[in-house]
Amino acid sequence: MDHGPSTQWGEDKSTGYKTRLGIWMFFLYCAIYAGFVLINSLWPSLMAKSFGSSNIAVAYGFGLIFFALVIAVVYNHQCGRAEEMYNKAELFDVAEEEE
Amino acid sequence: MNYHSSAWAVSIFVAFVGFVLWIAYYYARQTKTAKGFYAAGGTVHWAVNGIAFAGDYLSAASFLGICGMIAAYGYDGFLYSIGYLAGWIVALFVVAEPMKRMGKYTFADALDAKFNSKGIQFAAALSTLVVSMCYLIPQMVGAGVLVTPLLGLAHVWGVILVGTIVIIIVATAGMASTTYVQFMKGGLLIVFSTTLVISVLSRGLSTNPDQGGNVPYHKFTTIPYSMIGEGSLKLSDKSYTVLDGWQETPYGKKGFVKLTKDGKTSVWSFDKDAGVLREAQTVETLKDGTKLYNGAPKAEGKFYAVGHMSEIKIKGKSVTKTGPLDPTQFLSAIQNGTIVRWPSEKLDEGDSKVTVYYQKFTKGKDLLRPGLKFKVGGTLNENLNFISLMLALFLGTAALPHILIRYYTVPSPACARKSTIVAIAAIAFFYVLTLFMGLGAMANGVMDLTDNNMSAPLLAKSFGIFLFAIISALAFATVLGTVSGLIIASSGAVAHDLVERFFGIKMTDKWKVRAGKLAAIVVGVIAMILGIRYKGMNVSYLVGWAFAVAASANLPAIVMLLFWKRTTAKGVTASVIVGMVSALAVILLSPEMYKELYGLDPTTAPMPIDNPAIFTVPLSFLTLIVVSLLTQKSGVAAKSAAPIVHEPVHMLEDGLLPEHVVAELEELSRNELVGIVLDLREEIATLKREMESTRS
Repeated sequence: MDHGPSTQWGEDKSTGYKTRLGIWMFFLYCAIYAGFVLINSLWPSLMAKSFGSSNIAVAYGFGLIFFALVIAVVYNHQCGRAEEMYNKAELFDVAEEEE
Repeated sequence: MNYHSSAWAVSIFVAFVGFVLWIAYYYARQTKTAKGFYAAGGTVHWAVNGIAFAGDYLSAASFLGICGMIAAYGYDGFLYSIGYLAGWIVALFVVAEPMKRMGKYTFADALDAKFNSKGIQFAAALSTLVVSMCYLIPQMVGAGVLVTPLLGLAHVWGVILVGTIVIIIVATAGMASTTYVQFMKGGLLIVFSTTLVISVLSRGLSTNPDQGGNVPYHKFTTIPYSMIGEGSLKLSDKSYTVLDGWQETPYGKKGFVKLTKDGKTSVWSFDKDAGVLREAQTVETLKDGTKLYNGAPKAEGKFYAVGHMSEIKIKGKSVTKTGPLDPTQFLSAIQNGTIVRWPSEKLDEGDSKVTVYYQKFTKGKDLLRPGLKFKVGGTLNENLNFISLMLALFLGTAALPHILIRYYTVPSPACARKSTIVAIAAIAFFYVLTLFMGLGAMANGVMDLTDNNMSAPLLAKSFGIFLFAIISALAFATVLGTVSGLIIASSGAVAHDLVERFFGIKMTDKWKVRAGKLAAIVVGVIAMILGIRYKGMNVSYLVGWAFAVAASANLPAIVMLLFWKRTTAKGVTASVIVGMVSALAVILLSPEMYKELYGLDPTTAPMPIDNPAIFTVPLSFLTLIVVSLLTQKSGVAAKSAAPIVHEPVHMLEDGLLPEHVVAELEELSRNELVGIVLDLREEIATLKREMESTRS
C-alpha cells in the first residue's frame, strides 16, 4: 500500500486552529488581490494617479508583494505558538491523568 | 544583434555544470529507496527547501520572460510578477501542511490518500503529465535559444546539452540532487540579480545610454517633413528620395514610408505631432528563408540595440544624465520622464515578410500603469480575459505538480509551512528586482528587438562580460533547475502513479527506484525531441496553459478534498478530468490560438477569451460537488478520514504492529480498517469526556 506521508511525525493538536487561521488569512489576501485585479481591469486610470514618488499601480503592486511576506510571517508565528500551546496542553493533560 | 561566445561565459558555465554533476554523483550513493528517490528521504532542511522552491519556481519564464516583458511593455509585465507571487499565498495558507500530511511521493498520492481509487490515480497522473509537458517544452526551446549567445552552439546542441545534464541529475539521485541543484541556482539567481540591480541604480539614467562610455548608442535620425496636397511628401533633407505612390505600398498602408539615399533604402515612421519622420528598423524574411536586418545580413551589424529615455526630469528640471539613484528616485525619474519604446508591425512585401520596429515616445506615467499590453478598461471580454489570467496565476501556482512534490522532501508539516515562507521571501524579493531589471534594460540601450527574452542577460553584458557570463550561466541554470523538477514530477506520475498503482505492478523498493529512473530518462528524451522539434516557434504560451490547466484541474480537487467532507473519489476524478479538458478546449478554441497557431481570423474563434480559468475553475468545482453528491455512500467510507487512515497504515508498513495484528489487518478491506479506526477514535473521545466529567 502506498498511501500516507513520506515521513512520520508526532500528532499535531493544533491542526484545526492552523487550518482556520489559514483560511481567514487566505480570504483577507484574496480580497486585497481581487481589489487590485478589479481596479487594474475596470479603472486603470485610477492606477495612474500619483502616489509618493511613483503611482498607485506601483505602490499597490509592491504593497501586495510585501503584504504577502508580512502575512506569511505572522501566520508562521501564530502557527508556531499554537503548536507549542496545544501540544504542550496535551502533555499536561496526560501528566495530570497519570497522577 | 550579433552574439559572440566568451571564454568567461564558457568557463563559468562549465564550472557550474561540473559542480552540478558532482552533486548528482555525491547523492547517487545515498539514493537507494523510493523514498530517497522521490522525496529525498524527507530529510531536507526547511530553509534549503525554501530556496529550492525558489529555484524550482523561478523558471526561464520568470527570469527571462518577465524581465523581457517589462522591458517591452512596462508595468503590464510586472503584473505577472505580482500574480506569480500571490499564488504562493494559496500554497501557504491552503495547501502546504495538508499536502505534507496526506501525500507520499506524488500529487496523485495526496488526492488519493483517502480513497485508493484507480480513477483518481489515472486522472491525477494524466494531469501531472499534461501540466509538466506544457511547462517542459518552452523550457527546452529556451535552452536552445540561450546556448547560441552563451556558447556559440546551435539550437539542437543546447537542447541536447540541457536534456542530458538534467537526465543525469534526476536519474542518478532523484529529488536529492534536484533539490541541491535548485537550492544553488535559486540562491545564486537572487544574489546576482541583486548585483545587477545595484549596478543599474549606480549607473543612473541617461538620454544617451552609452553603457558607461563603453559602447556608443546609435543616434536615430529624424527628418522634418510636410505634406503638400494628397500624398505628396516633402522632406527637408533633400538627399533622401520618396517613391511615387508610396501611400499605396504595404509600408504606406501601415503608416510607414520607404526612403532611398545613395542607392540604399530605409524605412521611416511618421511622428505627426513633431512633424518629423523617425528612423525605423526592419527584419525582412525572404522567400528562401534568408533574413535581412535593416536590409543587410546580420553579420554586418546594421541592426541596432535600442532602449533610451528621450526626456529625464529630476525635481522638475530636465537633465540629460542622472547620477546614481536609489530605488524610489529611479522609479520617480522613469515616472516623470519619457521613454522611447519600439512596438512592431508585420507586413508582406511581395514574397517577403517584413517586421517593422518603430519608435514610440511613451510618457513614464503611461508606462507605469496597466494598459500597454493588456486591453484593460475595455470591453467585457477584454476585462474578463485579464481577470481570468490573473486568476490562473493566483490559483495555478499551488497546483503545479513539480511544486507540490517539494512538500514531501521536508520532515514535517511545520517544516513544509516554514519552507513556503522562505520561498515567499526569496521569490518576493526576486520579483521586486524584476521591475528594476526590466526598466533598466528598457533605458540602457541594450535591447535586442528580435528577442526581448534576452533583455536581462544583455543588460548584464552592458556592465562587463563577467556579469554577463554569470547571468547567462544562471539563465541556463534556471532551465536546469526547473526542468529537473518537472522531470521528477513526470517520472513519479509514470512509474509510481501509473505503473505501480494504477496498473498494480508489484515492485520491490529497488525496482521502484529503477522504474523511477527509467521513467525520468524516457520523459527527458521526449522533452529533448519536442525541444528540437519546436525550434523557432514561440511556445511561451504553453506556460500559460500549464497554469490554467493546473488551476482548473488540480486546485478544485485539492481544496474540496481538504474542506468538504462529502467529497467522493468519483467527484475528484470527474473534477480533474473536466477541469483539464475544459481548460485545454477553451485555450485551443481561443482567438489567440486561431491567430498564432492556426493562422485564422481570430474573430471567428468560438471562445471569446484566451485565458480559461474564470470559466473552467468554477466548472471544475461544480463538477466535483454535483458528482460527489450523486455518488455518496452511507457508512464509514463516506466519512472524511484522511488524516486518521495514515497512522495505522504506516504502522503496518513500518512493521510496528505485532504479527498477529498484521495478519488480521491484512484480511480486512480498506473500508473495514477505516471503520475500526473511527470506532477506536470515538471510544477514546468518550473515555476522555468521561474522565473530564469525573475530574470536574
